[in-house]
Order: sequence, then structure tokens, then C-alpha cells
Amino acid sequence: MKLFYRQLRREFIVMFESLEEVANPLVFLFLGITLFALGTGGSSEALRDYAPAIIWVLVLLANLLSLEGLFRRDYEDGTLEQVVLLARPGFLPILAKVTAHWLFSGLAMTILAPLAALILYLPGSALPVLLTTLLVGTPALSLIGSVGAALTVGLRRGGVLLALLVLPLYVPVLIFGAGAVLQQMGGMDTAGQIYWLLVISMVSLTITPFAVQAALKIALEQS
Amino acid sequence: MGIKQLWHRLGSPRWFFEMSRRWPLIFGGLALLLLLTGTLWGLAFAPADYQQGNSFRIMYIHVPTSLVAQSAYIVMGVAGFMLLVWRMKLADMVLSAIVPFGLSMTALSLFTGAVWGRPTWGAWWVWDARTTSMLVLLFLYFGLYALRQAIPRQETAGRACAVLALVGTINIPIIKYSVDWWLTLHQPASFTLTEAPSMPMIMWMPLLVNVLGVYCLFGANLLGRLRLEILKREHSTQWVQEVVTSGRL
Repeated sequence: MKLFYRQLRREFIVMFESLEEVANPLVFLFLGITLFALGTGGSSEALRDYAPAIIWVLVLLANLLSLEGLFRRDYEDGTLEQVVLLARPGFLPILAKVTAHWLFSGLAMTILAPLAALILYLPGSALPVLLTTLLVGTPALSLIGSVGAALTVGLRRGGVLLALLVLPLYVPVLIFGAGAVLQQMGGMDTAGQIYWLLVISMVSLTITPFAVQAALKIALEQS
Repeated sequence: MGIKQLWHRLGSPRWFFEMSRRWPLIFGGLALLLLLTGTLWGLAFAPADYQQGNSFRIMYIHVPTSLVAQSAYIVMGVAGFMLLVWRMKLADMVLSAIVPFGLSMTALSLFTGAVWGRPTWGAWWVWDARTTSMLVLLFLYFGLYALRQAIPRQETAGRACAVLALVGTINIPIIKYSVDWWLTLHQPASFTLTEAPSMPMIMWMPLLVNVLGVYCLFGANLLGRLRLEILKREHSTQWVQEVVTSGRL
């Protein structure tokens, strides 16, 4: 566990040193919302109906943007190799990195989501459901995404490839996340979807660290 | 030959190459025979559907391609597991040999589905559960293809694809369930082995023949590509040079 906290602290230090990099995906989220508003003509009914979809899709994409840097810096300066080679058990530092990524992307976006909901005219009664789905759904995004980030870390043009690998795997999270908010707006029960999001996050938590470990070893082999 | 012995021999591409000499031909012949029979039977002799008329006949292509496209991905997941655990060379070749076939079958299934949807649903494309999960499957195949192209070293590319195929295979049931839950406009599966067919025997039999045929095609395609891949990857070994120069392919 000590290994976990040490890595987490290190991630925090690095992130605080480059806050603009942390802020970029969040700015992207609001920029995307603005573009949607402009594209739909800004009518409040249309925006309200599509608000769950817009917010969730942009959260997915913003998350994807921040994933590219997850292992890149450590890969380039050689720290990653040391971590993968030396840490026992090897998945702990990986888990710490993903946790830090989630805190600065998923959790940060959850905290900013009320603002996004406000400018998209999402009814206030649907806000708690939106926040809950984001809170339990975004860990799955960071975890599943970390596999894609690990697979593409050594490649020169990994960006579009990363999107191609990861976005299809994000489909269930989007369906349950946006679906729950829509059902709440339609006056239906949403517990089922929220449980499903939890299940996906839990399953990802148990499987993906090992997949990341394997993928990082493969990526390091070729360098 | 015991199973254990067979297992060890699978580690040798040379053994596999020599043993499988006739297989692509056998599977290919069977596929041709079955697909010709099934398609002719289905298109010309099976009775028209009382609701859908003749348009239902595209099912004889649509259902087999959809089934084989999904099976192919699962085979890749198994091959990926074998490659990561036992580092079996052959598994890597299976992994790279399936992608083009799976990709084209998924595309064909989507295309035939669209052609069927036009007269039946009144639209080329409908966002319902099954079409959407097939589309996601198409993207998964594209991802595997792109990842292999992006990594220059063959061995590394194979193992990276194995990780992706495994993660994808675990995800497929979740994707399928979530999309099913999302919306269901599509009719339930018209072909299952576990339940009695819901259509009359005379309409179901050609479908069964075509399903078997397309699986034989899968076998023939996979084995043919595997043998080619073995020749390409082992081209510097003596036995491949002997095989090629003596023309005993």
C-alpha cells in the first residue's frame, strides 16, 4: 500500500506542476458544450433534451484527450521502465496513476457538471442522477482507457489510434450514463443503470490493471 | 495421438504446415458445396414469408455472416489468451489471419441488414440493439487492424493485439447487454441451436446449411491464411525453402 501512496503523491506533484495540462480537458468540455449550443441554434428545448447525451459524450472525449499523457511522460524519461521492472506487486503504481488520472479528469468533471447542466438547461431534478452516474461511471472510463493508453504509449502517432481502440469499449458506460439521466427526465426509475455503471467500474477495476501491466511490458519491449 | 502431444506439436509451425496441407481445400470444397446448396435452396425453393414476402430471403446471407463475425472475434480472444500465456507462435498468426475475414463478414452482415431493413422497416438504417452492436463490433475489428499496422515489430504487434482482443472479448457481452437494454426493435435471434426453430422446417433447413457453409468458409480462409503466414514468417528457415523450391505446397 505504501507503494500506492508514494506513486499517488508523485502524480499529485507532477500534476500540480503542470496545472494547465490538467485544465485543458476541462476547458475542452465547456468548449464542446458551447459548440453544441451554437450548432443547435441555442433553443432551450432542444438543448435540454440532448443535455445528458452532450455532457456524457463530451466527458468521454475529454477523458480520452487526457489519457494520451497518462504514461507518455514517464515513458519518455524512463521512469516507467523502472516502475514496471521493480515494483512488486506491479499493478499498484499503475492503479495509483489511474486513480490520479480519475481525480483530475473524472472527478473534476463531475464537480464541474452542475455548471454544464445549468448552461444546457438540464432540469434541476435530473442533476443528482447526472452527478451520480458521472461519479460511478467515470472510474470505468479511466480504467478502460488506461489499457488503450498503455498499448499506444510507444507509438509516435498514438492519438487517433487511441480513440479508435478505446471509444468502442466506452459504449456501455455512455448508454447507461446518459440513459439514466434521460429516464429520470422521463420520470422513471434509474437504480438499474446506476448499478450497472457500478458493475462496469468494479469489473474494470479488477481486470484492467493487469491488462495495463501486460501492455506496458509489451510497449517497453519494443523501445 | 494424445491431447498433450497435440498441444506440444501446435507450438511448431512446421508441423502444422505439413499436417494441414489438404485442409483448406477440404474446407473450401465443403463451403462451396454447402453455400451453393443453401443459397439456391433458400432463394429459389423455400416458400415466401407470409408477412415479409420475398425480402426475408436475404436472411440466408445475413444470419450466417452475423454469426460467423461474432464467433471470429471470440476465436481471436481465445488465440490472444493462448499467445499471452503460452507464447504460441501459431496463436499470433491466427490473430492476424482472422481480422480481414471478421472485418469483411461484419461489413457484409451490416450491408445485408440495411438492404433488408429498407423494405421491412422503411429505412436503410435503424438504431436498434443488434445493428448497433454489430457496428461496434466493426469498430473493434478496425481497432485491432489499426493497432497491428501501427506497431512495426511483428512480435510486439501480435502481443499488443492479443491484449486488446482479450479486453474486447470480455467487453463484448457487456456491450451486447447494454445495447440490448438500450433499445430493442430488432426481432429476437432467428437462429439458435438450443431452441426449436420458430420458423417452418422448410425455411429453416437452408439457413442451417448456409450457417454450416459459412463456418466452413471461415475454416478454409483461416487455414489458408495461416499457411501463407507461416511461409512468410519462417521464410528464412531451411524447411520453408525446401518446400517452396520443391513446389510441394
